[in-house]
Amino acid sequence: MGPLIFRHLSLSSFGLPPVWTAGGGSELNIVAVLNCMYDLIQLHRRGLRTLENMEVEQLKSNSNVDFLQLSTTRLKEQLEISKRENTGLLERERQLQLKVKSLQNCLKNEKEEVQKLQNVIASRASQYNHEMKRKEREFNKLKERLNQLLVDKKEKKQAIDVLNNIGRADGKRSLWKTEKTEAKHEGEMYKTLLSDYDTRQRELQLENAELRKVLQQMKKDMVSILSSRKQAAKDVLPTLLNFIQAASEEEDEVFDSSKDSVELYCVHAREKLTNSIRLQWRRLKSHVERLDSQAQTSESKTADAVPRETHEEEMDRLKLEIQQCKDFIQAQQQLLQQQLSSPCDEETASLLSDCYMLQEKERLGDEWKTLEEQRKIFERERRNFTEAAIRLSHERKAFEEERATWLKHQFLNLSPFSDSKKPSLSKSKSAFLICECLFLFPSLSEPPSCVPLTSPSTADLYRTLCLIPEDRYGLDLNF
Amino acid sequence: MNFSEVFKQTNQLCKVSPDGKYLATCVQYRLVVRDVSTLQILQLYTCLDQVSHMEWSSDSLFILCAMYNRGLVQVWSLEQPDWHCKIDEGSIGLVSSRWSPDGRHILNTTEFHLRVTVWSLCTKAVSYIKHPKACQKAVDFSRDGRYLALAERRDCKDYVCVFVCDDWHLLRHFETETQDLAGLEWSPNGCVLAVWDSCLEYKVLLYSLDGRLLSTYSAYEWSLGVKSVSWSPSSQFLAIGSYDEKVRILNHITWKKIAQFEHPAILDSTKATVYKEVEKRPAVGSDEMSLHSITIGTTLFNTQSKYEISPLPVQIPVVKPDPDRANPKIGISALAFSSDSRYLATKNDNMATAVWVWDMQKMSLQAVLEQTSAVRCFQWDPLRPRLALCTGNAKLYLWSPGGCVSVQVPAEGGFQVQSLNWHCSGDSVILLGKEQLCLCYMDTDQEDK
Repeated sequence: MGPLIFRHLSLSSFGLPPVWTAGGGSELNIVAVLNCMYDLIQLHRRGLRTLENMEVEQLKSNSNVDFLQLSTTRLKEQLEISKRENTGLLERERQLQLKVKSLQNCLKNEKEEVQKLQNVIASRASQYNHEMKRKEREFNKLKERLNQLLVDKKEKKQAIDVLNNIGRADGKRSLWKTEKTEAKHEGEMYKTLLSDYDTRQRELQLENAELRKVLQQMKKDMVSILSSRKQAAKDVLPTLLNFIQAASEEEDEVFDSSKDSVELYCVHAREKLTNSIRLQWRRLKSHVERLDSQAQTSESKTADAVPRETHEEEMDRLKLEIQQCKDFIQAQQQLLQQQLSSPCDEETASLLSDCYMLQEKERLGDEWKTLEEQRKIFERERRNFTEAAIRLSHERKAFEEERATWLKHQFLNLSPFSDSKKPSLSKSKSAFLICECLFLFPSLSEPPSCVPLTSPSTADLYRTLCLIPEDRYGLDLNF
Repeated sequence: MNFSEVFKQTNQLCKVSPDGKYLATCVQYRLVVRDVSTLQILQLYTCLDQVSHMEWSSDSLFILCAMYNRGLVQVWSLEQPDWHCKIDEGSIGLVSSRWSPDGRHILNTTEFHLRVTVWSLCTKAVSYIKHPKACQKAVDFSRDGRYLALAERRDCKDYVCVFVCDDWHLLRHFETETQDLAGLEWSPNGCVLAVWDSCLEYKVLLYSLDGRLLSTYSAYEWSLGVKSVSWSPSSQFLAIGSYDEKVRILNHITWKKIAQFEHPAILDSTKATVYKEVEKRPAVGSDEMSLHSITIGTTLFNTQSKYEISPLPVQIPVVKPDPDRANPKIGISALAFSSDSRYLATKNDNMATAVWVWDMQKMSLQAVLEQTSAVRCFQWDPLRPRLALCTGNAKLYLWSPGGCVSVQVPAEGGFQVQSLNWHCSGDSVILLGKEQLCLCYMDTDQEDK
């Protein structure tokens, strides 16, 4: 019974009429069952068919989906491509527009040029026309004049009527034109040109020398600035600055600034100078730029604002100092002016005019005085000496004369009787006597050494008097 | 400043002798010679016709009076008033006449520029120079008076002849590379000759005294070229003014351009001072307009004016020239160096009311003087850096590095100053009106602004 009920229930769920009625016994309605079975089979078949259909549908839809997916990817790709093309075309359009603009500008310029050239042509044309008209007018005048002259029989000749010839401006006579004068003219012309070239060359030389000096000065200054900044700069780049120092020293070795400017006349030296100036300038520039950038970066930092303030204070102080100095100089100038312009009498003026040299002058005057005195003394002494010498010479002369007379007397008084046996001995005796006498008075014959005597020396005197004795006694009578 | 009384003159013929002692004026056909300081008439000569050109000889002893209509030249002597000399060119006519530097020869250019006749007053001898060129400036004597440069046109080509003024011997004769030579000028040191082409071609050629070409300068092509040329007194610079409103300065060592001065209409950033002439209109009320004041004319016609310093930017009035006419009124037509070569004064024709003063040491603009009417004439003092200019009204304007001043010429009847000439000593200026002349004596330096 249980499965029947179950079947009954399931059949009704299928919508089939119930097979078993509750009242009828357990006799199954075979027709109904068969019907039911047929219905079930039909249903089943229908179901299978629908399942098939649905499967087919599903396949179809799957393939559709695939197809759609493919087409979407394809379309996406196409979209990408067309977007890219679009941007490309936009880009091209932009470029073409730029080109169009530039071409329009060119066109405008060309149009302006054409306009300008047309103006030029127009002005030239009007100028030419003007000239043509002028020439034509002149030509017409010429034709008229020619006509007039041909018709007019009376020709008025040129003539000059002067009352009297006047002289040349420079008063000289005029010269004939000869080859010599022509050559002279040529010479004068070339002289003028040469002197002009000379002056110009001299001027250029002077200018050159000055410019060279300026360059040298600049170089020195730059080197000194760069080397002094070594201490002042905060971030010292020792390598660079040492390099600068070394380079400048090296250059100074090669190109000694103490040498004469004659060195500079050589082209290489000149190039060296300009190159070194350029190098130094570049270094200085880079250094200054670095310092500037430093200053800029330090401006932003508040910590470094203090040094700037100190800088400003420093500057104010310096300015004040400068002003004070200027005032001082001004006051000095005024005083000086006063001094110079204040009227003073001759004496003080003359005194003041040499006031710096006064002491020196006095000293020199004193020395001069002493020298003068000494000189006077010397003169006096000399005079005394000369007088003494003259007196002496006179005395000596007198004495000599006396002696000569005395000797003469002696000689004459020598009696021939006392020494008759020995005449030669007497002679010799007298000679000996003479010698003795002579020997006795040698000291007197010596003149004082410091005074030059004009009177003849004693030796000369003896020689002249032929009184030089024989050198019998070995006396050395050579005075 | 003192002004003398007004005298008559015709044809703007009024010249001071080279030694500065005498003033010669032409009144109709009379030649009047006065003493410069007292203005007393010393001599009076009568010529045969109205005088077209009058010139002193270099030694101040003779005066040449040329009458172009009659083809006559009369020479008068100052020392011997009875001495006379008459040169008659006859049928050949006369177009220009001038002294030679030695003061004993007269160069006459015949009509149609057929030839130049050189008349000697010492020997009555005559020489001829053929084919002279008819151009703006064909003849120039060197400053020392030794050489004469003359432009020649022969067989459609330009030549330059250099003569020695001593005996008129032809020293050099050479062809120039110009299309149509317009002018030539010796440098003040007499060693270089500047030759320039007509305005159709910008070309300036520099020749040495012996005829060698030193250099050629051409700033641009095709547009109208050189309008005016001037040497600096030290021969260091050559200033070339052209139709493009610019002045180019060449230096005497390399003959290359060292500076270019432009004349823009709007002055923006410059260190120069711009002086603007401002007229002080007298406030004339209806009661004051009496007949008396009108007849005197001092209040109405002679308005006072003074200079004011204009602040930058300044706009200078420009008058555009007629493009169809030849020789357009544009470009630098007047150039003048001061005697110490320190300053250069220029005038641009389309800004005719302005005079520009350039400092040659700094090569920059020093001052601009803007007047109320077009500037007629300006000239530097021969000794000091002082510029005098006039604009056709009754005033004399003076500029110096210290400042500018405008002086009223006290003359009745409206004396219109059309041109002026400094006396060689720089102590006085001769002002020329249409038919009048007046002397202005400078006694103190004018330094107020």
